[in-house]
Amino acid sequence: MSLYSEKVMDHFRNPRNVGVIENPDGVGEVGNAKCGDIMKMYIKVENGILVDVKFETFGCGSAIASSSMATEMIKGKPLSEALALTNKAVTEALGGLPAYKLHCSVLAEQAVQAAILDYYKKNNIPYDPADFKNALEEHGHGDGDGE
Amino acid sequence: MKVYADNAATTKVRPEALDAYVKTSQTLFGNPSSLHSEGQRAKELLEDCRARVAAVLGADPREIYFTSGGSEADNQAILSAAKSGALKGKKKIVSTAIEHHAVLHTLEKLKKEGFEVVLLPVDGSGIVKVADAEAAIDENCCLVSVMTANNEIGTIQPVEEIGALCRAKKVPFHTDAVQAVGHLPVDVNKFGCDYLALSGHKFEGPRGVGALYCRRGAPLFNLVEGGAQERGKRAGTEDLPAIAAMTVALELAVKNLPETAKTVQTLRDFVIDGLSSIPHCALNGDRERRLAGNVSFCFEGVEGEALLLYLDDLGVCASSGSACTSGSLDPSHVLLAIGRVHDVAHGSLRLTFNENNTMEEMKYLVEAVKTVVSKVRSFSPVWRDLQTGKRQYIL
Repeated sequence: MSLYSEKVMDHFRNPRNVGVIENPDGVGEVGNAKCGDIMKMYIKVENGILVDVKFETFGCGSAIASSSMATEMIKGKPLSEALALTNKAVTEALGGLPAYKLHCSVLAEQAVQAAILDYYKKNNIPYDPADFKNALEEHGHGDGDGE
Repeated sequence: MKVYADNAATTKVRPEALDAYVKTSQTLFGNPSSLHSEGQRAKELLEDCRARVAAVLGADPREIYFTSGGSEADNQAILSAAKSGALKGKKKIVSTAIEHHAVLHTLEKLKKEGFEVVLLPVDGSGIVKVADAEAAIDENCCLVSVMTANNEIGTIQPVEEIGALCRAKKVPFHTDAVQAVGHLPVDVNKFGCDYLALSGHKFEGPRGVGALYCRRGAPLFNLVEGGAQERGKRAGTEDLPAIAAMTVALELAVKNLPETAKTVQTLRDFVIDGLSSIPHCALNGDRERRLAGNVSFCFEGVEGEALLLYLDDLGVCASSGSACTSGSLDPSHVLLAIGRVHDVAHGSLRLTFNENNTMEEMKYLVEAVKTVVSKVRSFSPVWRDLQTGKRQYIL
């Protein structure tokens, strides 16, 4: 029995899509160093499709795994699908997270939305602020759907 | 390679202590409170252990009370002094900002009950100033509690000076010596303490057993009601196998103490020197006045839990004061007390050694930490911002 599921440890040990995208179409950064976790998401968009996604994370094992999983879940998908990504879906895909680590999956959801919002703003694409409610919220621990 | 570098958390029980445990449970299993010969033989061993523990601490056997561990001993000492103080209208307690939670949480509880609790600050190297203690102690004080050595950053506190101060001001003095006993010379008379807490598993004895030294005449109230064990101060059948094992471990720990400490210190210094070459890091705690087996660092742009998990994959067992490892929002209160800001305190790493560690392990360990810090930094947005000048280095 370890702290995290096999899936979390796999994504932590071998993070997918880690790194930066030079000249990205959108960048989203959420969290803060004071709280001990920051996620930065870089996206490349072509014809409404996320053709590339990369992330950098300062944070614990579940923060790294959550960001890795989130990138895997949205890469190659249309923006509308990526926007619908929830922290719950990330958590489930990871095979669950300890209750006090759920905020890491919330950060992943927020980071994706923040990157897409940045893309919309840069390109003057009209958007519905309701779709970005979470990304605009202050980061706090203890958020997220309980399991 | 497997490197166990978390000996401040707990230690592997030494074979001699394990032998004593097994032998006692098999051949001296009587209840020391029983009148029959089996019980009386057990009672003899219990009193023999008490005398031996007392001898190590420079105490009288009647001043030693066996407990379930360091936390219980700390609780009993503090609550006893507080209760006695309250009866005399003295409701002020002076302690430090870097105490173990067994002390801090007990003090918080007393605060809610109306006690005034003054937590002395520490300097940047993690040491309490005697002058601060002197200024804080007044006629309303019913207790001063200062740990002998810190569990996270290993700093050794000026307990002898503070003890002398307390003697002069006639205020009871308690010291949480859980990290010190078996690792430093500990003498209750030199310390001038009225209470001292120790724990068996920090010096290769079993866990679940410890002791409270309570100077004769100092108030002592029991936490658990029941039988008359430990002269009525601690109810419950004594865990004699554990007490016997702890006693053996303690005697062996102090037997070659100067030599062992020197050996362990060599390992410590090798690791401190090795890790110091990592850019933008800092040693936590004083370089000299620290436990022989304690290394504590903060690495900028790194989060501690990730560090621990990657180290674990390389076979290294370590510890961190990051918030993520505790499940709370804030990083270690000790690191904050020495002035580490949150951003940096999240990136802490504690490595604690004893005589079971080897130089070969240390060489591997230093390389492992370097590898892991580089790895975590390679995808840390904080580190990128530091390197590109978007964020200012703190360390």
